[in-house]
Amino acid sequence: MYRYDEFDATIVAERVSQFRGQVERRLAGELTEDQFKPLRLMNGLYLQLHAYMLRVAIPYGTLSSKQMRMLSAIARKYDKGYGHFTTRQNIQFNWPALVDVPDILDDLASVEMHAIQTSGNCIRNVTSDQYAGAAADEIEDPRIWCEVIRQWSTFHPEFSFLPRKFKIAVTASDTDRAAVKVHDIGLRLHKNDAGEAGFEVIVGGGLGRTPYVGHTIREFLPKKYLLSYLEAILRVYNLEGRRDNLYKARIKILVNSEGATTFADMVEAEWAAIKKNEIDLPAEEIDRIRDYFAPPAFDKLPETSAALEERRNSDKDFARWLRTNTHEHKTPGYAIVNISLKPIGGIPGDASDVQMAAVADIAEQYSHDEIRVTHEQNLVLPHVKRDDLYAVWKALDAQALATPNIGLVSDIIACPGLDYCSLANTRSIPIAQRISERFADLNEEEDIGELKIKISGCINACGHHHVGHIGILGVDKKGEEFYQITLGGSGAEDASLGEIVGRGLSSGDAVDAVEKLIGFYRQRRQSGERFLDTYRRLGAEPFKEALYEAA
Amino acid sequence: MKAVTGNLLSDGSVVYLGDDDQWTSDIGAAARFEDDDALPVIAAAQLRVTEIADAYLIDVEPSGAPVGRAVIRETIRSAGPTVRTDLGLQAECCG
Repeated sequence: MYRYDEFDATIVAERVSQFRGQVERRLAGELTEDQFKPLRLMNGLYLQLHAYMLRVAIPYGTLSSKQMRMLSAIARKYDKGYGHFTTRQNIQFNWPALVDVPDILDDLASVEMHAIQTSGNCIRNVTSDQYAGAAADEIEDPRIWCEVIRQWSTFHPEFSFLPRKFKIAVTASDTDRAAVKVHDIGLRLHKNDAGEAGFEVIVGGGLGRTPYVGHTIREFLPKKYLLSYLEAILRVYNLEGRRDNLYKARIKILVNSEGATTFADMVEAEWAAIKKNEIDLPAEEIDRIRDYFAPPAFDKLPETSAALEERRNSDKDFARWLRTNTHEHKTPGYAIVNISLKPIGGIPGDASDVQMAAVADIAEQYSHDEIRVTHEQNLVLPHVKRDDLYAVWKALDAQALATPNIGLVSDIIACPGLDYCSLANTRSIPIAQRISERFADLNEEEDIGELKIKISGCINACGHHHVGHIGILGVDKKGEEFYQITLGGSGAEDASLGEIVGRGLSSGDAVDAVEKLIGFYRQRRQSGERFLDTYRRLGAEPFKEALYEAA
Repeated sequence: MKAVTGNLLSDGSVVYLGDDDQWTSDIGAAARFEDDDALPVIAAAQLRVTEIADAYLIDVEPSGAPVGRAVIRETIRSAGPTVRTDLGLQAECCG
C-alpha cells in the first residue's frame, strides 16, 4: 500500500495548520462566511441541512486497518457514532462541529489521510476498481496509476480552478467495476496486439443534469505518457471549458459540443506541444510507486479448501453468502470478500464506529491489513484465505455486515438525499429502505439475480440513477416528493443511460412500480438473462405497459 | 408568516430566532413575523456573523410549522433526518 513520503506529510500538516488559523479567524469574526466558505470547502467541509459535513478522501478506495480504526475513532469522538461511505469511495461525517474540524484533520493526518480536493473545481479523489491487486481478470494493479495521478494532481497549480470539478477513474479489467465510462476521464488499462499494456482514454462521460457516456479519444496510450496526455486534456478543458454557466461547465459539455473527434484533435495538438516538457514520470519513479503496491506475501495454497467445502455443505446461510458476497481472487486458495453495507431496511453506505473498528480488526487478522471502499457503497476485504472464510463470515455476521446481497436488488446505491443534503429536492434513503424491505426474502433476491437500483434525491445524480438498471430520481413538485423511474441504464463496461418511463410517482407507488417491473422481468426473462438483458431485448414499451396497465 | 432560521457557526446546528432575539433549536419557539416586518429582522440577523454561518427566512404557518415550497426540507431541518429518528431535535422531545 502507498505510504506518504516526506512531501505528502509536510503538505498535509501545513494545510491543517493553515486551516486551523482560518477557522480561528472565522470564529473571531475576522473572516465573513463568504470569505470562509471557499476555504472550508477546499478542506472538504460543507454545511448541510443539520450540521457541517466533512468529506474525507480515501484514495482509490484503499484503507489500512489503522486508517479504518481512525475513521471509527473520529465517528465516536467527534461525530454521532457513524460515517457514510460514498459513491466516490470516500467517507462523509455528518455531524462534525466546526471548532473540532482542525483536530479531526490532525487525527486524519496522523494516519496519512486528509480531506483535500474532496470539494471545489479541481481534480478530485481518483477512483478505481475495488478489487485492484486481487482480481483474477486484471492486467496489473490500477492503483499504481491512480497514485501517479494523485501525486500529479495534488495542488496542481494550473488545475486548481478548473471550470468545474473533475473526476478520474481507472480500471485494469475488462469487467468495469469503476464506472470509467461515466467519469470526466475514464482510463481502461488493456493490452494491444503486441501484448503491451496501455490506456484506452475515455473522456466526457458523466451524470448530473446532462448525462453522457464518455467517448474514447484514444484507443491505446502507452503507459509512460499518461501524465502528459492527461495534462493535455486538462489544458484543453481549462482553456475551452465554459465558465459562464455552472450547468454547462463540465468537460462532457465541451466534448459533446465540439464533437469527440474534434476534441481528440485538440488534445493531440496540445499533447504534441507539451509532450517534451518532462511532465511524464521517469521509469524509476514509476517503479518506486509500483513497489508500494507489491502484492502481499501470499501463502502457497491449494485452489480449494477442504474445511471451506465442509462448511459450505453443512451451512446453507454460509453457502449463500459465499455465492453472493465472495469473488474469485487471482491467487490460488484466496478469495475477495465483499462486506455489504446494505442490511435489509438499512441506510446504504452507513457504518457505525463499532462496525468500522470490527472491519479493521478482521482485515488486520485475515486480509493483510487491507480494506477497500466500493463505489457501490460497500466495503471489500481483498485478500482472504479460503480457509478463513467461515471465520470471516462469522465475524462479519456478528456485526450485521454479512447481508448476502451484493449485486442484488437490495444492494442499492442511494445518495443522502433530503435527509441530510442541502442540494436535495427529495429524500432517497427511505425509498431504498422500502425497496429493500419489500425484497427482504433472500431466496427471491437470488432468483431475481443481478439488479442495480440506484436512487438520487435530485438532478445532480449523486445516486447514479441514470446508470441504474432501474434508476429512481426524486423530483419536488410544490413541496411534494415524486419519483421518476428510468430503465436500462448501466455504469459497467456495457454502459448506457436509462430511459425515463412515464410520470413521477409517489414514494409508495414508486416502490410498487419497482415490484411490478421486476415481476414482469421474471415472467419474460429467458434463461440466464439479467433484468438489464431482458429490458434490452424487449425494449421499453412492454415494461411501460406492465408498469401502467394495473396502475 | 416568516421566521428566521440559520445554522450555528460553531457546530452547524439548526437554530431559529426566538422572541427574545436569542437563537433556539425549537422551531415552535421561533418568533413569527408578517412578511414585510421580516425584512429588517433578517437583515439584522445576517450581521450576527460570529454566531451563525448563514441566516434566511422561511415560510411558517401562524402555528409555527413550516409551510410552502420548502416544507419538507424545513420540516426535516427542524426535526432531524427522517431515517435516523434517534438524532436531531426529534430525539430530544416527544420520544
